[in-house]
Amino acid sequence: MTSPAPDPGVRKEFSEKVKRLAWILLIVGVLLYGAGYLIDAKRSAFNNAIGFLFLASVASGSIFLVALEYLAGAVWSVPMRRVNEFLGGLVAVVPFLAIPLLFHLHDLFHWSHVEASAGDTLLTGKAPYLNVNFFIIRFVAVFLLWNLFYFLFTRNSTKQDSTRDPRLTTINARLGAAFMPVFAITVTLTAVDWAMSLEPHWYSTILGVYYFSGTVLAALAAATYTVIKFHENGYLPNLRRDHFYSLGALMFAFINFWAYIAFSQFLLIWYANLPEETFWFMKRWKDGWEYVSILLIVVHFVVPYFALLTQDSKMDLKRLKLMAIWILFAHLLDMYWLVMPTYGNGIPFGWMEIGFPILLVGLVLVVLSYKVKHNNLVPVGDPKLERGLSFRL
Amino acid sequence: MNEQHLFSITALFDIPDEIIHAAEEADKAGYTRFDVNTPYPVHGMDRAMRLKPSRLGVFALVFGLLGAFGGVAFMTWVTLVDYPLVIGGKPFWSWPAFVPIAFEVTVILASVLTVITMIVLYLKFPNNAHPLHDTLYMKRVSSDKFGITIQADDPKFDEREVRAFLGKMGGKDIAPIYFDVEELNHRQKLFNPKFFSVLAATAFVVSATTYVVFNKVLYMEPFSWMSTQEKLKAQRPSELFKDGIGMRPPVEGTVARGFLPYAFKGKPDEAGKDLVNPLLPTKEVLERGKSQYLTYCSPCHGNFARGDSRLQGQFPNPPTLHSDKVRNWPDGNIYHVLTEGQNIMPSYTSQISREDRWAIVHYIRVLQRAHNAKESDLK
Repeated sequence: MTSPAPDPGVRKEFSEKVKRLAWILLIVGVLLYGAGYLIDAKRSAFNNAIGFLFLASVASGSIFLVALEYLAGAVWSVPMRRVNEFLGGLVAVVPFLAIPLLFHLHDLFHWSHVEASAGDTLLTGKAPYLNVNFFIIRFVAVFLLWNLFYFLFTRNSTKQDSTRDPRLTTINARLGAAFMPVFAITVTLTAVDWAMSLEPHWYSTILGVYYFSGTVLAALAAATYTVIKFHENGYLPNLRRDHFYSLGALMFAFINFWAYIAFSQFLLIWYANLPEETFWFMKRWKDGWEYVSILLIVVHFVVPYFALLTQDSKMDLKRLKLMAIWILFAHLLDMYWLVMPTYGNGIPFGWMEIGFPILLVGLVLVVLSYKVKHNNLVPVGDPKLERGLSFRL
Repeated sequence: MNEQHLFSITALFDIPDEIIHAAEEADKAGYTRFDVNTPYPVHGMDRAMRLKPSRLGVFALVFGLLGAFGGVAFMTWVTLVDYPLVIGGKPFWSWPAFVPIAFEVTVILASVLTVITMIVLYLKFPNNAHPLHDTLYMKRVSSDKFGITIQADDPKFDEREVRAFLGKMGGKDIAPIYFDVEELNHRQKLFNPKFFSVLAATAFVVSATTYVVFNKVLYMEPFSWMSTQEKLKAQRPSELFKDGIGMRPPVEGTVARGFLPYAFKGKPDEAGKDLVNPLLPTKEVLERGKSQYLTYCSPCHGNFARGDSRLQGQFPNPPTLHSDKVRNWPDGNIYHVLTEGQNIMPSYTSQISREDRWAIVHYIRVLQRAHNAKESDLK
């Protein structure tokens, strides 16, 4: 059986329609966000935090997938690696989403009120970590590290397109090894800083892993959707059923992983029954939030689990595309569930909650259309590419 | 010599792509009775051979559900019916705690029973004879080759055509497989005496060896692990002493450290007369007495010694300690009651140390004083 010839180094442009749509969505999103900001700055800050956590997931998770591919020497994903690299490019944009938040730290974070935490033993004890200066230092450090690794990975990867130097793969594999502990720490810091510290009295040692599981799942879903869209529009013509099956199987695995971690967190807190831990779940089990919690279980686990359970479903492009979008939505709901109960006032849902996701979709499309125009869609110089294209399960 | 029948023609291939191609071609050529043997599962083979989905999955589902519901049912029975126990103040039927166990039971039942089902139903245990067993072909496909075997009972089978077909696809080592009807039909008896005698003999040899190794060989002189030592041991016989006992009884009148014998056994009045509280009612002593009183005395006599604890009505009611009798008792009498017990009250020597008993006496005095305060105390 002969393997298909590697794609030539192609760069494509999104059709005018898609590009126009991207800008329209971005502008509509910005307008909605701006309007929301003027009407209720606090509520829009919480929405902003949700959106920030969501897109930070997709961006950092995509870099993680690239690093993982290099580190594990994976072959099957090489033809699709560029999609992960493109999505990873969002790390350059995501920090700008947090800039409005930095002006609203007092709205988001109770611990940032120095006078409020003065008489509070717990907050005084946590003050060396939870203070505005150190918070900003961590935020900057995390994104500098992500951007640094993103820059190194993609520079080597694109350089290989012209030089075809196999040593670059080895260098990236070593970078991947260095990235793993960095990623483990930075993703935990992101979860602790932006999600856990919303309730500064609460702590859950597993929350970092919880956010990580959602992160990888979101990155996989985003990659799956983009890969299939590219495939259908002739950008990545040489992919086979086996590639899509593998993406689906990975998504399925991480759906289970998320459920496992989410349940572990619940079980440990439920079992220990300590008031300083349980109040966080109690908050999500009253005033209507119980329905959101149940919805989260159904949307984030039950539905995708059964939708991707069978072998055939993972080879069905339509089903995969639907589930990828579904999972991205589920991750957004997950972030909403993490952040919003702190805002209080029942279950806030309205046009302000929709505005930010619209902005995000527009943003991702704009970034993608830029990346697609300026980069090869396939890593043509990668020594594993040919094997990757003829990959068989 | 038995008659040899042709079972199939086999061919070997080097890489998985070739074997998938071969399976597709065999299917296309119209063969229906053919099979493929590979050293590991080759994905896509089901599709290439156009196999129907295996029914084994249904068994796995049934066993898994059995495990899940069985596990939950068992835990429900244990926690609600058989042995209801309050754990951490949670309801008896606390489903979140069941989830990990139900999950494990599901997994173990589904996997183990499915494997057993496969062995019994599909591999026809115990009679698992197959013509391909014990052939060079099987040896090769269990190490690094990918083999296809086209069976002689295929309606389209023709030896020369099959050989040509396999050769055309690039198959190597094309060879026929013969079988022996008698050997194939020979059914292993599960309960045959020879099998069981060997089984019993094996069990005996293994147990005996284990016993000898762990109890004898390991304690031979070179490996005694210092277990034999030439010294006296408590509660062991010894030839050193005339009475043959290793442990020596203490000299008469010996008193163990910290265990001064109580001199007023059964003599409360003497105790009241002769015993004096050795402790001074300092703040520390009273704190100690309070904590000990609240631990050991208050369950019956009540927190304020009024004899009004929540045990009232369930036992003979414990008396108040504010009665004239107790108030007029000397310290020694109270101490005596604590030491010896009285009526239904047991002795507290094993729970409360001597000093603590005296501290309790001080604390009881404090309670009595608080209950019947003198005029001067109120100033």
